Amino acid sequence: MNIITPETGQAGSHIEAEMSQVGRPPGRPVTITATPGWHGKIKMARADIALALRLWPLVWTLSLLDIRLRYRGSLLGPFWLTLSTAVMVGSIGFLYSHLFHQNVAAYLPFLSISLVLWAFISTVTAEGCMCYTASEGMIRAMRMPLSLHAIRVVLRNILVLAHNIVVIVVVFVIFRVVPSAAVISLPPALALWAVDAFAVSLMLGIFGARFRDIPPIIGSIMQIAFYLTPVMWNPVMLMHRGVSAVLVKWNPFYALLEIVRGPLLGGPLEPQVWALALGYSAVLIAISGVVFLRARARIAYWV
Amino acid sequence: MANLLIENLSVSFPLYHGESRSLKKTVFAAASGRLGEDRKRRLVVEALRDISFSLTSGDRLGFIGSNGAGKTTLLRSMAGIYEPVAGRIIIDGAVTALLDPGQGMNFELTGRENIRLRGLFNGFNDRQIAQLQEDVAFFAELGQFLELPVRTYSSGMIVRLGFALATSIKPQILLMDEWILAGDASFLDKARHRLETMVRGAEILVLSSHNSDIIMQWCNRVIWMDGGKVRADGPPEEVLAAYLSPEQFAQVKAQMRVEVTAPV
Repeated sequence: MNIITPETGQAGSHIEAEMSQVGRPPGRPVTITATPGWHGKIKMARADIALALRLWPLVWTLSLLDIRLRYRGSLLGPFWLTLSTAVMVGSIGFLYSHLFHQNVAAYLPFLSISLVLWAFISTVTAEGCMCYTASEGMIRAMRMPLSLHAIRVVLRNILVLAHNIVVIVVVFVIFRVVPSAAVISLPPALALWAVDAFAVSLMLGIFGARFRDIPPIIGSIMQIAFYLTPVMWNPVMLMHRGVSAVLVKWNPFYALLEIVRGPLLGGPLEPQVWALALGYSAVLIAISGVVFLRARARIAYWV
Repeated sequence: MANLLIENLSVSFPLYHGESRSLKKTVFAAASGRLGEDRKRRLVVEALRDISFSLTSGDRLGFIGSNGAGKTTLLRSMAGIYEPVAGRIIIDGAVTALLDPGQGMNFELTGRENIRLRGLFNGFNDRQIAQLQEDVAFFAELGQFLELPVRTYSSGMIVRLGFALATSIKPQILLMDEWILAGDASFLDKARHRLETMVRGAEILVLSSHNSDIIMQWCNRVIWMDGGKVRADGPPEEVLAAYLSPEQFAQVKAQMRVEVTAPV
């Protein structure tokens, strides 16, 4: 048995002294008021997101541990992500290029990008619905910024995406695909993706916490969207069959996919597609912002 | 200097499953007096009703009251987890809440990883986290278990880890629910020693417990919660005298005398 000396009781004292109160800077009290009005709500929501961003080492570690935990004890670890995507792209690629009467060399690069990007979209929406309910324990144990849970979903899926990019690179090298000069628009496009993913998680997480039917409903919607959106099929392939322009032209998923996929496959910069992507994103961010402002204070009651 | 101010605090939980109020519910509500309707005429459980008090450095507040009196909900509101439906909470100081043994830990992760996450939550750098891990490991006497997932721990070990974690990062305001009493006797002694050094530093301790002995020993102020309201607020002896039956109170007093005179 350990005998307690006065020192052990104070073993933490040297930590205390230099502890930086990142969470709550000393001398700045937190005031929580009921029904604060829009001004107060905006202030609270902004503080929430600002604190979540300041805690980025925590979000990063949480995301990293999420992935490590998923593959703990497995031989290949997170490289299962890469491997399973490679298997899927390979098998679907050869099958569908045959079914669609497409040249494998043209179809496989298209499919590899599309599938990897779609996997990101569908996992973010699915996991976004659960972002608060899945962190119920943390939310009810301590006051912490709620947007942190949405950022965690996004970051975790960006890490997954990074593993899958390897597959795209390999396919591109094999089939000698050269991206066009418009590829310089890639960084802003990916930034837009990250912001949209955050907005989606922030909003769907609230719906998912309040209405428990939301996750399966979103799952079904995304399943339908997958078939309606040019993910597996290239619009060029089916133009002669008179595919409705609505599916392509006004489809928000198509616009978002295309700003990344187009330049990578050697296409030009398309201002019209960008305008649509930005427009849809602005609407999404606005709705998500309003939902978060209104519901932030209630999330702890719902999870 | 830490302060905690609660002003006209009300908290209610919406009941989404019963949309309209049936006769049965109305009768039940009239009987228990805890159900109400909010502005949108939704059925709610009024967990806390119009509570006001303030705490300042040096205060050691105990909550007593029957199950469902609103003690834990009040602690959660004081921690800023449940934002009020009416009223205001002003928290001036770093808060740590020990509300349930799990403490938001991920039970699949190892003890060490959970400590690391807590350190990051408090904005620690790597060196401070290493120090925190050392401190927690030593206090919680977990040894090699620190490298194992928390789900393999016994409930006593989880309590020790949670307590060590919460008190290693020295809070200015510590909110504790009664689960801490699940520890064994030697751990309780240790916990008390640690809390005492902490509270001596003029911080705020708020403790919710059914154990009157603990309340008598640790607190200098007691609030008696009843039906979501403050029934009594004052020095421990006065409030406990009103709360307990005369025999129980005499027993607690006798117990206190034994502990005070007993050689340490």
